[in-house]
Amino acid sequence: MTELLPFLKSLISTSGLSGHEAPVRELIESTWQPLTDEMSVSRLGSLHGLKKGSSADPRPTILIAAHMDAIGLMVTSIQDGFLRVTEIGGLDARVLPGQLVTVHGRRDLPGVIVQPPAHLLPPGAKDGPVPLNHLLVDVGLRPRQVNQQVRNGDLISFSQEPVQMQGETLAGRSLDNRASVAALTLCLDELQTRDHAWDVWAVATSQEEVTMGGARTSAFHLRPELAVAVDVTWGKSPSTPDHKTFPLGRGLTLGWGPNIHPGLHASFKKVADQFEIPYATEVMPRHSGTDAFALQVAAHGVPTMVVSIPLRYMHTPVEMVALKDIRRTAHLLSEFISQLDIDYMDKLTLDELS
Amino acid sequence: MKSLIQELVETISPSGYEAKVRELIRTKIETLADEVQVDALGNLIAVKGGNESSAKRIMLAAHMDEIGIIATHIDEAGFVRFTTIGGVSRHTCIGGRVRFLDGTQGVIYYEKLENTSSLPTFSQMYVDVGAASRKDCPVRVGDVAAFDRDFSAYGDRVVSKAMDDRIGVAVLIETLRKLKKSPNQVYFVFSVQEEVGLRGATTAAFGLDPDIGIAVDVTRSGDTPKGHKMDVSLGSGPAIKVRDSGMLSDPKVVDWMVNTADDAKIPYQLEVLEGGTTDARAIQLTRAGVPAGCISIPCRYIHTPSEMVDLNDVKNAIELLLELISQEVELG
Amino acid sequence: MSADSTTKNPAPKIRAAQTRLLRRLCEACAVSGDESEVRAIVLAQVRPHADDIQVDALGNVLVIRPGRGRKKRLRVMLAAHMDEIGFMLTHHDGDGIFRFDTVGGIDPRQLPGKSVWVGHDHIPGVIGAKPIHLTTSNERKSTISIDSLRIDIGLGSNTKVKVGDRATFATKFSRVGPSIRAKALDDRLGVATLIELVKHAPENIDLLAAFTVQEEVGLRGAQVAAYAFNPDVGIAVDSTPAMDLPTWEGAGDGGENSRYNTRLDAGPAIYLADSATLADPRLVRHLVDTAESANIPYQIRQPGGGGTDAGAISRSRSGVPSISVSIPGRYTHTAAGIARVSDWRNTLALLHTALSTMTPDLLAIDR
Repeated sequence: MTELLPFLKSLISTSGLSGHEAPVRELIESTWQPLTDEMSVSRLGSLHGLKKGSSADPRPTILIAAHMDAIGLMVTSIQDGFLRVTEIGGLDARVLPGQLVTVHGRRDLPGVIVQPPAHLLPPGAKDGPVPLNHLLVDVGLRPRQVNQQVRNGDLISFSQEPVQMQGETLAGRSLDNRASVAALTLCLDELQTRDHAWDVWAVATSQEEVTMGGARTSAFHLRPELAVAVDVTWGKSPSTPDHKTFPLGRGLTLGWGPNIHPGLHASFKKVADQFEIPYATEVMPRHSGTDAFALQVAAHGVPTMVVSIPLRYMHTPVEMVALKDIRRTAHLLSEFISQLDIDYMDKLTLDELS
Repeated sequence: MKSLIQELVETISPSGYEAKVRELIRTKIETLADEVQVDALGNLIAVKGGNESSAKRIMLAAHMDEIGIIATHIDEAGFVRFTTIGGVSRHTCIGGRVRFLDGTQGVIYYEKLENTSSLPTFSQMYVDVGAASRKDCPVRVGDVAAFDRDFSAYGDRVVSKAMDDRIGVAVLIETLRKLKKSPNQVYFVFSVQEEVGLRGATTAAFGLDPDIGIAVDVTRSGDTPKGHKMDVSLGSGPAIKVRDSGMLSDPKVVDWMVNTADDAKIPYQLEVLEGGTTDARAIQLTRAGVPAGCISIPCRYIHTPSEMVDLNDVKNAIELLLELISQEVELG
Repeated sequence: MSADSTTKNPAPKIRAAQTRLLRRLCEACAVSGDESEVRAIVLAQVRPHADDIQVDALGNVLVIRPGRGRKKRLRVMLAAHMDEIGFMLTHHDGDGIFRFDTVGGIDPRQLPGKSVWVGHDHIPGVIGAKPIHLTTSNERKSTISIDSLRIDIGLGSNTKVKVGDRATFATKFSRVGPSIRAKALDDRLGVATLIELVKHAPENIDLLAAFTVQEEVGLRGAQVAAYAFNPDVGIAVDSTPAMDLPTWEGAGDGGENSRYNTRLDAGPAIYLADSATLADPRLVRHLVDTAESANIPYQIRQPGGGGTDAGAISRSRSGVPSISVSIPGRYTHTAAGIARVSDWRNTLALLHTALSTMTPDLLAIDR
């Protein structure tokens, strides 16, 4: 049995920026090892874990995907012992000054993101938020030491430690989308004692924050009958618009839109209702902003679903989730999977009118 | 080398209309490769090296297309209205000259502007080919042209239009010429339609399904007066791409390139590019995914008629590429 | 005259124990007006070394270590402030979400996306920010106002957290190569230095140590402490910003950084002038001479704005010759500052050596 809180804390304390997911992948791999029958790593660094179904060969396959990559920064140049940086994944430069980071140089170096004093900035960057290209990273070393330890292209992770808060909530970096990786893990846990006809490929995808390349290539390789992207969505918090956000601790969301198969969506709703798992419908009128966008169009195309966990302060180092919502997501996935009949695909229909 | 580059860059072949440059390249490589083919989109693919089943399949890609314009309307007075092919910027057009595939030359100018402090839009510009009327005009709707600018060499620095990415093409041709033997099966792909969205490399990569992909393209530099900040400069060696705005190079490929360059004492720079991407992205994302990276030639004034590169970087890029592909490859 | 001949008390050193103490000091929360956590540490540290210890009406810790011998001794007041910048909860919006205001000078651009400690129990919380996905590019061009930010302590209610509680950035202390990375280095570095001076007080002077309160909101603690001590000389031991960063254009393009205030690795910063004090030239000369003869690196802080407890001391009663000696630190008043251990060590060495050679002759000549 995976203990959610300690596992999630270790997940978000492990680095794994887009394209460089190896550290977190190894942690997930060791956790999934006893829960799966077969594992592999894709050429782009996604982790595939197969939990075999109970029906006769060849079995249909469902792919459940959660991206494991994290946003961060990259060194673009070194000046007088200070690092200039660019982003990996979407970052609001306004949350960066004063953040603690780890620079992955020849060895890991703790550092801090610095907003230079106004008089050292060019005109136009003096007032208001200082843009990312004017911020610096200071690793507390002397210039000569920095030149030995750091080179252009080195990665920088946030180093905010997990903050365990009241009401069974956790805050920290990379909860987008390690919270969903934890949900996949709990789902695999539950499936140990459940009968399921279908094969399940649990996939921790790489590079979602940049190209969604992990999901795209893994789905092409594994050719599943169904695919579910598990991701986080915007949690209701001060200053967010009500109509685009979902309260923490009150359940998950089921995506609805062009990236989502309507029949599959209906099936998920039915299972959620049946097991009284609270949910909200989240409308995604265009690009879902999740791996589902890439999963859906892999090879011949795949019926795809999005299940999301509300998360506050997305893409800041203090993202926040309610553990309850992660457990609910895991439970919904495992119930859905164990209810999948061998002839589910024959019954699945796009027709919303019937 | 200079004459090869000159021939390549002075050939007019905008995206989608690569026939001329393809034929030129074909004549250069036909005798060098084990096999040469052209695929459905027009990519020219030359194969060389080991064909044992254990041989690693390495795809090298340099795009042979260039940015340009395409005629949208010929007005009664014989002026040609146009739209762009690829990332042409407005400020490089005014007073510039173009050459159509049939050799017709023209000059770009613009209508009188209400607001003289801003640049004219493309729809306010036209090409004057010296025609007095529509009937007199040799250009038809749909005809394509590229910038018309001769090659110049200022010592080791060479300047021309279409250095992006004919310089990559030159690197691939020279690499192929110098490659005596390889345990790998190396595909030299001269790709089409890169400037309009990596289209040639996308289909070529799907068709070849290689084990490793390397694009050879140009990258920006940060060594001009009050230019943008980028720690890449001309003459400091080929740039090993760590990332650009469309991809993160596979870290195993980056390490392979860095270690190879270190071992062979070939100068190099590490590139973090904040705008633009290359064929490497298309290779990386094909099928089940391919470890991919890029060797870039630092280039000033990209997408203008006067793109400048340093021949020393070109020479070192060829050496690095040769080191990479002529030995057995084991990515970490 | 060498330092050794005037004092039996050996010179203090910065070792692991001192660094551990600095860690405890930096990780304590003592926002101006509620310095009790740091005060408790200071009291425990100085108690074994001094008989005369008082906590005054504002909360300053006043420690006297009288010298020895018959000769007339200078009464030298040293002041280091215990308080730090931070936040106060101003309203509970419900469900663990609080409005807050800042205490002391904090750039609002330093707030979004930080974790915080609330109250004496260090209840964890975060200051979130709207997801980038829900902001417009125009929105990202303006600073997030404090009005729109909240401290979020998680779902539900908590009897331990209430309006009026203070909060600080939740930054753990760490050693980084030759540096220290921590919050509140301004002025826990000074507090740690002053604790060492109390423990190793030179016997040629009466050492009057004031661990002051409310410096960040107007030098208010030092004002009453100086009145109470009525010293001959005042020295503020503080931390001052090092702004030794590259300019955007870089030095090659004529973008030399000419306003760095102080630099790391250049030693203790001796003040000549700030907006609160014009340092007493006799003290300046004494400190500079001491540093040069003892081979201790030092720097002159660039004259300019700002102010330390020395301002309040110098204006006390009929006036007190005063000066500030500061340990340079980058990124003052943010979640994480960076200072060099070597600068701390040299500041302690300079102060101790300078104090050990102070006699009433120092003030015999007119200013």
